[in-house]
Amino acid sequence: MSDLIRKDASELAGLVSSGEVSAVEVAQAHLDRIAAVDGDVHAFLHVDTAGALASAAAVDVKVKAGDKLSVLAGVPLGLKDILATNGLPTTCGSRVLDGWIPPYDATVVTKLREAGVVILGKTNMDEFAMGSSTEHSAFGPTHNPWDLERIPGGSGGGSSACVSSFEAPLAIGTDTGGSIRQPAAVTGSVGVKPTYGGVSRYGIVALASSLDQAGPCARNVLDTALLHSVIAGHDPMDATSINAPVPDVIAAAKRADIKGMKVGIVKELGGEGYQAGVRSRFEESVALIESLGAEVVEVSCPSFPAALAAYYLILPSEASSNLAKFDGIRFGNRVGDDGTKSVEQVMSETRAAGFGSEVIRRIILGTYALSAGYYDAYYGQAQKVRTLIKQDFDAAFAKVDVLISPTAPTTAFKIGEKLDDPLAMYLNDVATIPVNMAGLPGMSLPIGLAPEDNLPVGLQIIAPAMADDRLYNVGAAIERELLAKWGGPILGMAPELAGA
Amino acid sequence: MAEATMNYDEAISKFDPVLGLEVHVELGTNTKMFCGCSTVFGAPPNTHVCPVCLGLPGALPTLNKIGVESAIRIGLALNCEIAEWCRFARKNYFYPDMPKNFQTSQYDEPIAFEGYLDVEIDTDEGRRTFRVPIERAHMEEDTGKNSHVGGATGRIHGADYSLVDYNRAGIPLIEIVTKPITGTGKYAPEVAKAYVAALRDILRGLGVSDVKMEQGSLRCDVNLSLRETPESKLGTRSETKNVNSLRSVERAVRYEVTRHAARLTAGDTVVQETRHWHEDTGISTSGRAKSDAEDYRYFPEPDLLPIAPSREWVEELRASLPENPAVRRARLVADWGLSEIDMNTVVNSGALDLIVEAVDAGVDPAAARKWWTGELSRIANDRGIELEELPVTPAHLKRLEELISAGSLNDKLARQALEGVIAGEGDIDAIVKARGLAVVSDDGPLLAAIDEALAADPAVAETIKSGKLAAAGSVVGAVMKATRGQADAARVRELLFEKLGVSE
Repeated sequence: MSDLIRKDASELAGLVSSGEVSAVEVAQAHLDRIAAVDGDVHAFLHVDTAGALASAAAVDVKVKAGDKLSVLAGVPLGLKDILATNGLPTTCGSRVLDGWIPPYDATVVTKLREAGVVILGKTNMDEFAMGSSTEHSAFGPTHNPWDLERIPGGSGGGSSACVSSFEAPLAIGTDTGGSIRQPAAVTGSVGVKPTYGGVSRYGIVALASSLDQAGPCARNVLDTALLHSVIAGHDPMDATSINAPVPDVIAAAKRADIKGMKVGIVKELGGEGYQAGVRSRFEESVALIESLGAEVVEVSCPSFPAALAAYYLILPSEASSNLAKFDGIRFGNRVGDDGTKSVEQVMSETRAAGFGSEVIRRIILGTYALSAGYYDAYYGQAQKVRTLIKQDFDAAFAKVDVLISPTAPTTAFKIGEKLDDPLAMYLNDVATIPVNMAGLPGMSLPIGLAPEDNLPVGLQIIAPAMADDRLYNVGAAIERELLAKWGGPILGMAPELAGA
Repeated sequence: MAEATMNYDEAISKFDPVLGLEVHVELGTNTKMFCGCSTVFGAPPNTHVCPVCLGLPGALPTLNKIGVESAIRIGLALNCEIAEWCRFARKNYFYPDMPKNFQTSQYDEPIAFEGYLDVEIDTDEGRRTFRVPIERAHMEEDTGKNSHVGGATGRIHGADYSLVDYNRAGIPLIEIVTKPITGTGKYAPEVAKAYVAALRDILRGLGVSDVKMEQGSLRCDVNLSLRETPESKLGTRSETKNVNSLRSVERAVRYEVTRHAARLTAGDTVVQETRHWHEDTGISTSGRAKSDAEDYRYFPEPDLLPIAPSREWVEELRASLPENPAVRRARLVADWGLSEIDMNTVVNSGALDLIVEAVDAGVDPAAARKWWTGELSRIANDRGIELEELPVTPAHLKRLEELISAGSLNDKLARQALEGVIAGEGDIDAIVKARGLAVVSDDGPLLAAIDEALAADPAVAETIKSGKLAAAGSVVGAVMKATRGQADAARVRELLFEKLGVSE
């Protein structure tokens, strides 16, 4: 197996632009890796071998011509199957979209293509991004490279798994309540949810419009920053896109200096319900941050305990409306149209056959919450909680520069362990959800293995809106110390996959 | 199936009608409300579509600023308050003509609210003004259009299959909703018609829509209920859709009054329902029952930012509003000394603006009106073009009138000069010269022509002498013909009477 797959994205970009290695060689090495291990990992729903090699070849032509290249030209990437890709299947992990080929590219995809990033294929996910384990994919679960019996997180488990199994140095995820950060935490990779509005949502199939945000996944902080810089920026096609300069995340990742910063520990995110090894690694990180010259204080966000409940009203409400378009009339699968049935019957049969149980559960929840007579009690009340959460964050950021917490309460659990217990599943995102509710940027950074199960633990770093650069500065400072301590990347500690 | 009705006068003697009118206006913006697709009518099906207006997964709406501006201008013209902050909402229901299975509309935060429109109608006591209270004007998007193929009725029942054209999906609509209109008594049909007509004139004056009822760019739903007395609480209403001409608005109100009255008198209840108006038969038939249980699960549209029109912008738009058509009309009727009937002729001919232009340039109002509603309307009509397309300017009419007053052109010659203008032969003086258009002012040729005419019809001289002066017309006509219209008819008449020794 080529050693190209172990290299960082920044390193690969350098090798390609200097002409030492061709982009086609890099792409082929990763396609070979996918062929070797993805039968076990199942990170990809669709591998675009021809497209990847063609876009790599186009980069090589530019290298030969001496054209200016982007910071990630020729670097391969896995794309969550929720981003519309012109000419490539886009299923959102759902039967209802099986066979649908979008006629257009999401803005993020356009930016990646323009930057010469090589899209290897589409990664697995919980159906319509509803889940924390990727078990709710209609096309079968993805397996955690650390232990194939375990989940890789979700909903973006395909993206976290492809990065941590060295199938791709980079991936794009989307994060509505933690779907980038929790998978990063349980696979020992880095994932960032940018400020809401920082990255265009155009062409990303909506789960909950007011919460969704696409972001970068990688194996280290700098690579994550490079990908962030490529996909971020104002998009006139997305009315909620922020028209302001993108924070200089690359410079921040290179700065890695937190001396004199104030770091807040969120009292409500930790303690009871958090696994012992998660807590101990988190406490070590706090000590490490202090040793780097930052001041650590505890802050209280009293409304956070209500966040999960409010989230599970807002998300299903928006989702019930966003998912109404999947009726088999204009695109995707159509079920039951034998010429004898009414249009309502065909819509109904299409949706019953096309959606999995978790999707149906949330559509019913949302439909109920928006119903006349219940709207104020549920959706209206949840929006008030959302305002309180924002106020808690505002108060906290008046005192500190960034907030920290464990990303997820536990390490990766076993496939099947929580599948029949939705509430237990929802609790995985208890620490990440408040960040989405307030539209803030958040990072998950690997901080070691839990002693009791030798599985990765993630640290969540949260910054004020449009201060995404702080995440990278703090993350890179901690990462540098941990790499020295570990003697190399955390993924070097992961077991070698069979077939590799 | 036609239902029982009661004679209208009898119905009105027993019940007090309450009207409600909902008007949907398609805005004449170049692009759709939430995407860049064209709004041009009549394109081949599904050619003016994109991921956004097809509601493809992942697509997002962006707001058409001209759409918002038009909505505010309409609100201001209807004397409404303009919201300082408002949002779009999603109206959720499943229907194949709706790409997203929700309509992006406004719910409890309309852009304009609390207005009114005064309309005038003829009553037994002369002209009377009714104030129609406006509840709201809000923005929304149009749906696609279903067509049902096969079957006899063109309706979904019995059809072999259905086709959907999404060209219309996403075209900006403004929905203007009145409050219950009370106090019209027997004039409910006339008030309804006058309201829609006045609204149409305002919208046309604003230039925000082509307001073509027959193409559906202005659509009216008529709500009607009856109550026993003006003091009783409101009765159950019916909502009649597909009322697509001014005449139909009046007829539909009248019909519903007679239908409700018959039901109520017979002891039946009026069903709250949507009804379809049939232009051909002049009746409405029951559509779907519309219960209050219909739940659209409205919530604020998270894909669009709230709209907060600055007060400066609103005031700017207010200052640039055209004069209210009703006010303008009243002013012109007074200034020009017209009757209401004359004014109706002017407005219906579509020549009002052209006449105003000519008058502003110094043409006598009566003359300007005569040319534009007469000869020029006839020519435009013959050629199947709009009046505005004729190359006739106020300067042309002014010069023409000067020459007529000076006696150097008569009516017939003036028409020939206009023909020259339309044929592109240059200005009036050039045409008069080139075509040799001049009234014959020398009496010699006229007297010769009179002699010829009298010789051709020997009996006519005696008839005129016997006092039947009207017979002079045929002689004058013959002389005009002989001089190819270049004689002054009045002078011919004078010379004729002199010759015959008759005095007028």
